[in-house]
Amino acid sequence: MQLYLPIADLPVNVFLVLAMGAAVGFVSGMFGIGGGFLMTPLLIFIGITPAVAVASVASHIAASSFSGALAYWRRRAIDPALASVLLCGGVTGTALGVWTFTQLRALGQLDLMIALSYVVLLTTVGSLMFSEGLRALMRTRRGAMPPRRTHNWIHGLPLKMRFKRSKIYLSVIPVVIVGIVIGFIGAIMGIGGGFILVPIMIYVLRVPTSTVIGTSMVLTLVTMLFATMLHAVTNHLVDAVLALILMVGGVTGAQFGARAGQKIRGEQLRLLLGLLILSVGVRFAIELIIQPADLFTIRELGVTG
Amino acid sequence: MRRALLAALLVLLLGGAARAERLIVSVSNHRVTVTPNYSGEELVLFGSVEKDATTPADRTAYDLVVTVMGPRADMVTRRKERTFGIWINTDYRQFLQVPSYLALFANRPFDRITSPEIARRQQIGLNNVLLTQRVSGDFADVVPNDAFRTAFIRLRTQRGLYREDPSAVTFLTPTLFRTGIPLPAEVPIGTYEVEIKLFANGAFIGKTETAFEIVKVGFEQFVATTARQNGLIYGLVTAAMALMTGWMASIVFRKD
Repeated sequence: MQLYLPIADLPVNVFLVLAMGAAVGFVSGMFGIGGGFLMTPLLIFIGITPAVAVASVASHIAASSFSGALAYWRRRAIDPALASVLLCGGVTGTALGVWTFTQLRALGQLDLMIALSYVVLLTTVGSLMFSEGLRALMRTRRGAMPPRRTHNWIHGLPLKMRFKRSKIYLSVIPVVIVGIVIGFIGAIMGIGGGFILVPIMIYVLRVPTSTVIGTSMVLTLVTMLFATMLHAVTNHLVDAVLALILMVGGVTGAQFGARAGQKIRGEQLRLLLGLLILSVGVRFAIELIIQPADLFTIRELGVTG
Repeated sequence: MRRALLAALLVLLLGGAARAERLIVSVSNHRVTVTPNYSGEELVLFGSVEKDATTPADRTAYDLVVTVMGPRADMVTRRKERTFGIWINTDYRQFLQVPSYLALFANRPFDRITSPEIARRQQIGLNNVLLTQRVSGDFADVVPNDAFRTAFIRLRTQRGLYREDPSAVTFLTPTLFRTGIPLPAEVPIGTYEVEIKLFANGAFIGKTETAFEIVKVGFEQFVATTARQNGLIYGLVTAAMALMTGWMASIVFRKD
């Protein structure tokens, strides 16, 4: 069934978009991430302009992270104090990111910057996660104990605060910085950033796994709602019809993904996610390295007639 | 005074003589509506060549060139080059106010209808249509085999937005003709100008114009206008919709 998208200005097959939403939703539910890094490239692939894709995916991620956050809230797996400190940084970072986005677009190299940051970020995070998952898997095979968690220099910073639900005593400085970085990256790349935030919170901030996913979902939810608003007000690029189809597919897929995720062991899950992120990064890298089929591209600067 | 009057009369006479034939045309639909299930359409243009008393008796065979031009827009064509091992956009050309949709139809190959000179002047064929570029601060069209111009036309043609078909116009009788105007699914919204140029024995003898528009209606129109005019409300509604969907899902799929 064909449906005409009012903002993207092109007809799409409803079932195709629904299936894409469900597939990405499944992955996001399984790993507890937003899935923006998969959704945005997929939409661009079916012919939606990058700008509309980035703007519409933001509201899709907001929907799936809200349903996730509600579930974690009921299980008391969200640390409200930690979430609010993260948000202070997140909102600042998003605003900074949107500003940078505009500057880059004026320079005419936005597409290249997006592709490069996808390559650098996804290959780095993906290979780190993959190798970490592999090591953890080997450790459990050998039956060895996981290495003891040690405090690092981050825990020596001033302005300490007690986060009761996470049972950690931590300086607010690294938390705000992490929020800024995630907000900034998210605004430029059109991703929620959950797949970077969760490892940072676990390995750098030493947030216990019981509250990490729920809290990161709160940050994703608020930054993505903020991004939706910014895109709607400044660029008028949010396609609500497209977003709605993606949301319906996404939240449904996420439920099944979450159930599937519970059946897989943590290390294997990290290994799989690392592999997935790495392959998206490599795909972007290949696109930059091999000679494109067509050296020329056209971009419309808006109909004025 | 008398001389001016004479001149005016002369112009009128000559004009009348030049317009010995009259073209009467119409399109099957002057208002194409884009609805939720829109997936492309084909319009039909039909018309006839009306002769009058001043038409030379030996003029029987006519040739027609139909030009359809969509709303104009500025576009940028970029070329990728390998720099530091990766392919990045290096050079670009700006095309100013070029048609977003362009179709040229004729009843036989353009080069057999008229001379290259007239074809260039009357913009017959994709190679002769004026596509203004900004070349280092100057505004001009370039030679037809320019790399950026060729790539631009090729890419637009691939998307079905630029086309030329020298056999699309059919003469049903020596003076009655018709042609189809295919509109692809991703056709730009706006006003389309249709120019019909008449040739006889290689000479350009007249033209007429008509137009049609492509509009979004109903829900599509409503969403598009709201997004443009009330960005804040639109954003709030979209955000609320996201929250609603997420909340509904968490209720529907609640496990306990």
